[in-house]
Amino acid sequence: MSQSNTFTLDGKTIPYSEGQTIIQAAMAAGEYIPHLCFNPEFKPHGSCKLCTVKANGRQTASCTQHPAPDMVVESDTKEINDERRTLLQMLFVEGNHFCPSCEKSGNCQLQATAYQLNMMSPHFDQFFPDRPLDASHPDYLLDFNRCILCSLCVRASRDVDGKNVFALSGRGIKSHLIVNAKSGRLADTNFSGDDKAAHVCPVGVILKKRVGFAIPIGSRSFDEQPISATPHPQGACPVGPRSNAATLPPHPTVKDA
Amino acid sequence: MNAPTKKLRVATTSLAGCFGCHMSFLDIDERLLELVQLVEFDRSPLTDIKHCGPCDIGIIEGGLCNAENVHVLREFRANCKILIAIGACAINGGLPAQRNHLSLSAILEEVYHAQHGLVDGFIPNDPELPLPLDKVHPIHEVVKVDYFIPGCPPSADAIWKVLTDLLAGKEPELGHGLIHYD
Amino acid sequence: MLNQADTHAGYLDPILIRHRHNANDLLQILIAAQDHYGYIHSDAIDHLSGQLGLPRSKIEGVSGFYSFLHLQASGEYRVLFSDNITDRMLGNMDLMQSLCSQLWVEPGKVSEDGLLSINTTSCTGLCDQGPALLVNNIAINRLTQERVNAIGELIRERLPVSAWPAMFFAIEDNIRRRDVLLGSHPKPGSALAALLQQGAAETLQQIKISKLRGRGGAGFSTGSKWELCRDAPGEQHYVVCNADEGEPGTFKDRVLLNSYADRVFEGMTLCARIIGATRGFLYLRGEYRYLLEHLQAVLQHRRQQNLLGDAILGQADFNFDIEIHLGAGAYICGEESALIESLEGKRGTPRNRPPFPVTHGYLNQPTVVNNVETFAATCLICLQGGAWYAGIGTETSSGTKILSVSGDCERPGLYEYPFGVTVSQVLSDCGAKDTQAVQISGPSGVCIAPDEFNRRIAFEDLPTAGAFMVFDRSRDMFEVARNFVHFFKHESCGFCTPCRVGTSLLSNMMDKLSHGHGSPYDFAEIEKLNVLLQSTSHCGLGHSACNPVLDTIARFRPAYDKRLAHKEFVPAFDLDRALSQARQMTGRDDTGAHLERSHE
Repeated sequence: MSQSNTFTLDGKTIPYSEGQTIIQAAMAAGEYIPHLCFNPEFKPHGSCKLCTVKANGRQTASCTQHPAPDMVVESDTKEINDERRTLLQMLFVEGNHFCPSCEKSGNCQLQATAYQLNMMSPHFDQFFPDRPLDASHPDYLLDFNRCILCSLCVRASRDVDGKNVFALSGRGIKSHLIVNAKSGRLADTNFSGDDKAAHVCPVGVILKKRVGFAIPIGSRSFDEQPISATPHPQGACPVGPRSNAATLPPHPTVKDA
Repeated sequence: MNAPTKKLRVATTSLAGCFGCHMSFLDIDERLLELVQLVEFDRSPLTDIKHCGPCDIGIIEGGLCNAENVHVLREFRANCKILIAIGACAINGGLPAQRNHLSLSAILEEVYHAQHGLVDGFIPNDPELPLPLDKVHPIHEVVKVDYFIPGCPPSADAIWKVLTDLLAGKEPELGHGLIHYD
Repeated sequence: MLNQADTHAGYLDPILIRHRHNANDLLQILIAAQDHYGYIHSDAIDHLSGQLGLPRSKIEGVSGFYSFLHLQASGEYRVLFSDNITDRMLGNMDLMQSLCSQLWVEPGKVSEDGLLSINTTSCTGLCDQGPALLVNNIAINRLTQERVNAIGELIRERLPVSAWPAMFFAIEDNIRRRDVLLGSHPKPGSALAALLQQGAAETLQQIKISKLRGRGGAGFSTGSKWELCRDAPGEQHYVVCNADEGEPGTFKDRVLLNSYADRVFEGMTLCARIIGATRGFLYLRGEYRYLLEHLQAVLQHRRQQNLLGDAILGQADFNFDIEIHLGAGAYICGEESALIESLEGKRGTPRNRPPFPVTHGYLNQPTVVNNVETFAATCLICLQGGAWYAGIGTETSSGTKILSVSGDCERPGLYEYPFGVTVSQVLSDCGAKDTQAVQISGPSGVCIAPDEFNRRIAFEDLPTAGAFMVFDRSRDMFEVARNFVHFFKHESCGFCTPCRVGTSLLSNMMDKLSHGHGSPYDFAEIEKLNVLLQSTSHCGLGHSACNPVLDTIARFRPAYDKRLAHKEFVPAFDLDRALSQARQMTGRDDTGAHLERSHE
């Protein structure tokens, strides 16, 4: 094969192997492309569109787009970052993201990505949707106000835990997360803190009870370093020296998802 | 920093906020001395001026929860060349906006009528009192806002950075560590 | 006495047996369950979950996606007024309001006695005979005040819809111009006989020679699609006819299925022979539910004629049959990969592409998805040859195109023309006067002004799936665009951020202008959203959601300028009205209890 197995990302040469998408190859090379619904442990979903790049001049989601030899990929440009910031602002006004009262603050990928992209305001008018809270489960809390519909918990529960605890219902702006119980309550599902699904939420929907504010705001993962410098940020599994990962149950290994 | 030939005039106020952002502003500590070389204060908790006059910079803490908030905000917008929203409440409604999923009637009913222990409760109707809006709004939903300093509250360093950038004629920019929503 | 679960098992089990307990048929099972019970009861979900081996979260998720499925009781009579702009122009809103007042019910709510609900729905494909409505999924056309009064009376008397006057349901074809497709009536089976005579490979060759392109609007070469699918490896190959004709203003498939169904099924059977498929599906939009019995009868007749089923026309190795799957009120399922998801009993979310359906379609097997009109056209080609067909139309757009003409004209209905016809010719034929604009191919197409009426209907100029909506000078093109923007908001599947939130933001902004709160600031915001939706959305719905606004801004700018009442930014909401609850609760009405709208 004489063809090169590399592409360029903002001018840097990035090697890739067969089957890798642009973001996978970029991450392997230590390059950061903003993303929310993508998680290297799961099959790409392509819904949040934060990872949009320009590949040979055409805009595309880098989590689903495969590179081609010598493809020219632009990511960290003003034009694309402006669009990403607008997408973030859409996610912020669509839900109720009151960071000061959120236990995920500082460990939240949505928030950290917004910091990374200098989002100073939500810009649009707030939707202030009326969304429920589910505190029924003895060990976990669901706060649907913060859901960004990334489907990571749906994918984890279905593909790794084999449980289907979570699913999406509704359509369009009325899309919402549901749980697998007639009552609609998490306590009436077979959800467990050992599930992979308990640890993949990039925002503050699925939260473990009784560990709130064990680490003070200001000393959390993305307080320590920006998300672009944090290797493979896993929403609910804070990394870094002050991580409370030790208090979390071990994760089951991820099967081929 | 070189002092400008003429001091810039700055007004600040808190609408539906807790003055926490103002407290954080005071946390710039000894840099206040540096600041007063550069600016003079119009309406603010530091002065006794009741109405905002022509200013270079207006700083608004808190969102809009009642009619008076709207009047004050409009006065600031009309008089300030640059308007800055400071803190979570001004920027996205913050804590006061947590009432937005309830109807105002239900809230007033609960607070003045249904609440246990109230005797002959009635909803205050004195014309001196500002009427509450049905929802709490961030200020950019009602007037054009030029700059935002997020945080609950933003740190003194973040406030200082934005002010000094502006005074130096630069686009304010908060980097990692200064931009915070919590 | 039966317990709750048994109650549901009683009607669900026969449905499950009919669908061989196949979880891929979930949507069809849910539609049938709702038909029986009125809505999808929570206990019914339990039963289906157990019988199909599906988590209830999945069943609820699917039910929640489709507009026509209900998880709560929604009335014995469910009345849905078609809400395309053409229905609006014919006064549907006043008629709906009138029915609501007659029956003491608010739009979108179920009446207190549980008898009925009244709401709007996206275009029902009756724009040539509107205003229209659906009652329990059955279409009623040509609504007038008298007809609406009568409907109110029938509901009050609780007369079953099946006993309502037949004239209410007399849907007309309204064919105004016939060309080679609508004007010919080959004997059912004749194209299949021709295929067997000349062989599958030669027939495919003829289709390629004909240069036939997909009639859904995108215009992919039909011959190439069939060839790619034939050559794709797979355990099974499938033929799917996309009869989810949801683009507002389009209704040609309604007529083709009503009066040319044999031709459509025969085209599917030709395709099956060529690509080697034994199973086919016709995905029928829920709004055309009233055509189902007729279509089933045509299928049954074809089976009896040995034109479907085993050993078709005596060929031992020619086995093919067609099932009809119903949609349930989701425009997005017209997108081929979303349609396939829906056929598999899932939420209609467009897939990530590639791979494309020709290699990975239904159940991940090679699948041809074509438009109703495309299949019908292949019969003609099979009978009369590719060269003959290629000689009709233009160099790059061969054959004819059926247009669904509606709006401000004397003779709305179907017009079949060779490709290349000018817009002005169509306008003259349909009796349009003083025309201000024509919306070609529906909201996701283009809106053109009089200086472009010499343009041609053809893939190389004005590609179209068929909609041709005419607006005369009395119409407000801003309101046209606003109606379309609301349509996209309602039909966004919600999968990707830009379309899910962006269509809501866009419709809020258009509403803001409409309510007199517009300023140049909002205009700039709309243009910014346009760019974002086009560049980052997941599928064509998001890409085209801004088209109506972009086109009308470019061509009918004064309709927008007059909405930009304010020089400076003003809020989207009415500040004084925002105090009304407090005024009511306090009884105050002094000057301090009011806020003037703006502060300019």
